[in-house]
Amino acid sequence: MSATESAKTAADLSRATTQDVTTVERRSAGEKEFVQVHCATIRFAGDSGDGMQVVGSQFADIASMTGLVVCTQPDYPSEIRAPAGSLGGVSGFQLSFADYEVHTPGDSPYVLIAMNPAALKVNLREVQPGGILVINEDEFNEANLAKAGYTANPLTSGELSAYRVIPVAMTRMNEEAVRHLQLPRKDAARCKNFFALGLSLWLYDRPIQPVLEFLIKKFRKSLSIMAANGASLRAGYNYADTAELFRVQHTVAAAKLPKGRYRRVTGNEAAALGLVAAAYKAGRTLVYASYPITPASEILHELSKYKDYDVRTLQVEDEIAACVAAIGASFAGAIGVTGTSGPGLALKVEGMGLAVMTELPMVIFDVQRAGPSTGMPTKTEQSDLLMAVHGRHGEAPLAVLAAATPADCFAMAFEAIRLATKYMTPVIVLSDSFLSNGAEPWRIVDPDDLPDLHTPEIPSPKQFAPYRRDPKTLARPWVSPGTPGCEHRIGGLEKTDITGAVSYDAVNHQRMVNLRAEKIERIAGDIPPAAVKGSGKADLLVVSWGSTYGSVAAAVSGLQEAGRSVDHLHLRYLNPFPANLGALLKSYKRILVPENNRGQLCMLLRAKYLVNAQSLAKVEGRPFRVNELIELISEFLTAK
Amino acid sequence: MSIDVPRNLTTESCSEQLVPPDSLTRKDFQSGQEVKWCPGCGDHGILMQVQSLLPKLGIPREKVCFVSGIGCSSRFPYYLNTYGFHGIHGRAPAIAMGVKCARPDLSVWVVTGDGDGLSIGTNHLIHCLRRNLDLNILLFNNRIYGLTKGQYSPTSEFGKKTKSSPWGTIEQPIHPIEIALAAEATFVARSVVASPPHLAQTLEAAARHKGVSFVEILQDCVVFNEGVLNSLGDRSERDNNWVFLEQGQPIRFGKNREKGILLRGTQAEVVTLGENGVQEEDLMVHDSGNPSRVSAYLLASFNPPEMPMAFGIFRQVQKPTYDDLLIEQINEVIAERGRGDLPRLLRSGTTWLVD
Repeated sequence: MSATESAKTAADLSRATTQDVTTVERRSAGEKEFVQVHCATIRFAGDSGDGMQVVGSQFADIASMTGLVVCTQPDYPSEIRAPAGSLGGVSGFQLSFADYEVHTPGDSPYVLIAMNPAALKVNLREVQPGGILVINEDEFNEANLAKAGYTANPLTSGELSAYRVIPVAMTRMNEEAVRHLQLPRKDAARCKNFFALGLSLWLYDRPIQPVLEFLIKKFRKSLSIMAANGASLRAGYNYADTAELFRVQHTVAAAKLPKGRYRRVTGNEAAALGLVAAAYKAGRTLVYASYPITPASEILHELSKYKDYDVRTLQVEDEIAACVAAIGASFAGAIGVTGTSGPGLALKVEGMGLAVMTELPMVIFDVQRAGPSTGMPTKTEQSDLLMAVHGRHGEAPLAVLAAATPADCFAMAFEAIRLATKYMTPVIVLSDSFLSNGAEPWRIVDPDDLPDLHTPEIPSPKQFAPYRRDPKTLARPWVSPGTPGCEHRIGGLEKTDITGAVSYDAVNHQRMVNLRAEKIERIAGDIPPAAVKGSGKADLLVVSWGSTYGSVAAAVSGLQEAGRSVDHLHLRYLNPFPANLGALLKSYKRILVPENNRGQLCMLLRAKYLVNAQSLAKVEGRPFRVNELIELISEFLTAK
Repeated sequence: MSIDVPRNLTTESCSEQLVPPDSLTRKDFQSGQEVKWCPGCGDHGILMQVQSLLPKLGIPREKVCFVSGIGCSSRFPYYLNTYGFHGIHGRAPAIAMGVKCARPDLSVWVVTGDGDGLSIGTNHLIHCLRRNLDLNILLFNNRIYGLTKGQYSPTSEFGKKTKSSPWGTIEQPIHPIEIALAAEATFVARSVVASPPHLAQTLEAAARHKGVSFVEILQDCVVFNEGVLNSLGDRSERDNNWVFLEQGQPIRFGKNREKGILLRGTQAEVVTLGENGVQEEDLMVHDSGNPSRVSAYLLASFNPPEMPMAFGIFRQVQKPTYDDLLIEQINEVIAERGRGDLPRLLRSGTTWLVD
């Protein structure tokens, strides 16, 4: 889809796709002119050493604090530090902010801050036609242009004529702004990201005071750096104000969010918090065993900080060890959790089967990435679904959940521990690269509002049998070593019902297979029913799961506002499905399932419910864009 | 909300005596499950020794946990009336790590074999040893795959003819003691089922060692590798082919302890006392506490017929254990920051109010 088409679709389809281009209201305040917009998307791009992530996050914090809904997505180079000025070394940070709830970082930026030629080259094709390019012209020298593969300087060649180009001598002006502090040259040059931040904050009419407060906290031990960054920030802001760089300032009104205290969380941060909170509410120690892997490692990093919560993080020798150490910890009465991405999930398969057989609670957090094999480690995909649901030898059912947004990783991590401990089962939570790095506001929960997760009192030694089940949940008792009189042995061999003794008996095996399946099925009665967003009787039901939630919700609501007959159903429980799902699906004539895989949920729905669901598959290592979905869903609606 | 004090936060060590020694008996540690190893298998002997040892240690039954992988040896936990976990192939050390880190107060034992511990699970074994978790690891070495019915194992001698190597193996064996030494295990020993008193004494020393203890136990597989110990030398020649290491003592062996080990530079050789003027004070003196692992490697490399197979404790040193350090670090952070408070954690970082 070309950029112009995308803009046209956007114009047709009202708010869901509105970017800065749609002017809602113009007003003048003194000499300044404002354009009021509902939603804006901006991207900071520079060399990986240029501090783009820092200023992007700062912008997001300030936009959040001033009442906007902000959704962010970093785009790191996969190399740790690619050569300066090279295309491979470009680091980006995109955010969208709006006066309503958004769950995507925006299809394409209206404003691009490009700190060097490589950053411009890599990001230009994503920018909206007519968008603003704020360019650090000082870096557009021959050497840098060559590194970026430009034969002519794009600032003078005319190739940027479709955009509003604002060249700024950022390097030089930054040097001037911090000269009085007499920093070493390298340190002085490093402040220019704050110059860019100052410019951008002016453009979107945001205050700079909170950044100054951040600098005071962050650089408490190095006053000259603190002062230099502050000076550069002010210089950028004032330059934009006085030099009439931009015709107008853009402003976004505060969103109407539920009252409460908020913070911004990435998916991985939220996951870590959810795990700690659940262990806390269960009154048990959290043991997180993991092997570093992109993009799941931040969960390990986060949890390693929480020693004061008695979180025990074990960085073990491999993915298999991580899985079985978590199982060992659960056997010993702790909440055993492991986290990984696709290649690691493959290695944990045998261990998960052991957890199914021993019926121990455990959580496996799978932050999916593009596969197969090493694939594209930093790119997103939803292609582990079938593996999560079915990928074990033997009949080995377990529960599978999927987070919808970065903040939802908190809820799903908590929910996974609730189900794992209540039903004595491993639970897989699917997240992905897009959710793990993306950030959005999260209304901080009051721990008192979270359910208590203490498990039922254990039976007396006389009544105890390792596989005597709770008649309601079918869970076996969680009796761990240290409990006198209940000494028992469990393992991967088939068990006799109730006693847990090793058994190769045919009838018993069938019974145990059925019991293990039935136990997972019963979870369906303990989760929220599937709920459609829309009329409930539209021509088309769009079914999504996982991180596509944001784009699908925005696309469907855009289509609904345009009068199209479309409903949306998002699934967070993938095994078992909510109890009402079959009836709900069957009430629709047409079902479309957009996924970042080759149609895995679609296959599950068709297999389980015999419905004519159609797949809308995209496996590019990046999420759907809202406009792209609007177009594809429209096409599907038209092609009856 | 009320804050639960985490139940397990303790630096209590399993070696602290919790019941008077010998208040339990060997019978208390028998699970009553029918023991299914082949008649004559060395595993029976090891089981008996362990069941006899446990009451002596003064650890209550419920605080003992045996973890195993897959193989004949790994059925061990089923026959002990303690907590037990029969895991998957090769992964017992990693499972045990999870158990021990969740509950450092437990006495945790790993039972593994030459295939389980040194083929599919070598990785976990090495890392478990280097971390110095306070576990007891018993590796039953019969140099054959028994449960899968007779293929060569990673410890099978070069050229060994088995079902999967009818013309003999073409691979060099791995040496368990040398692996354990390379991983800097703090307790490394070898014993043999055929010498019950030595086995009993070695197991007890391993159990009482604070830190990881690794014991290789040589045994025959009566069905698939009958007489593997004979490869160490003819049964009648045992006195000449086995040497038992004693801490602080000159290394002597032979029917009448007439032989000894003499060090020439970095080479060891067998000498006969009295011959060529060799006296006892000339012999190599065994020091398992030597911070250097060089002499332990040397002893571990002895192989009949050139040199006698060495049994005993090759190395025993003290180092902080992983599980102690894990808990100490947690306690230090709590002392510094105070015990974690969930509302505070959730509100940490930059926050803002919407009202």
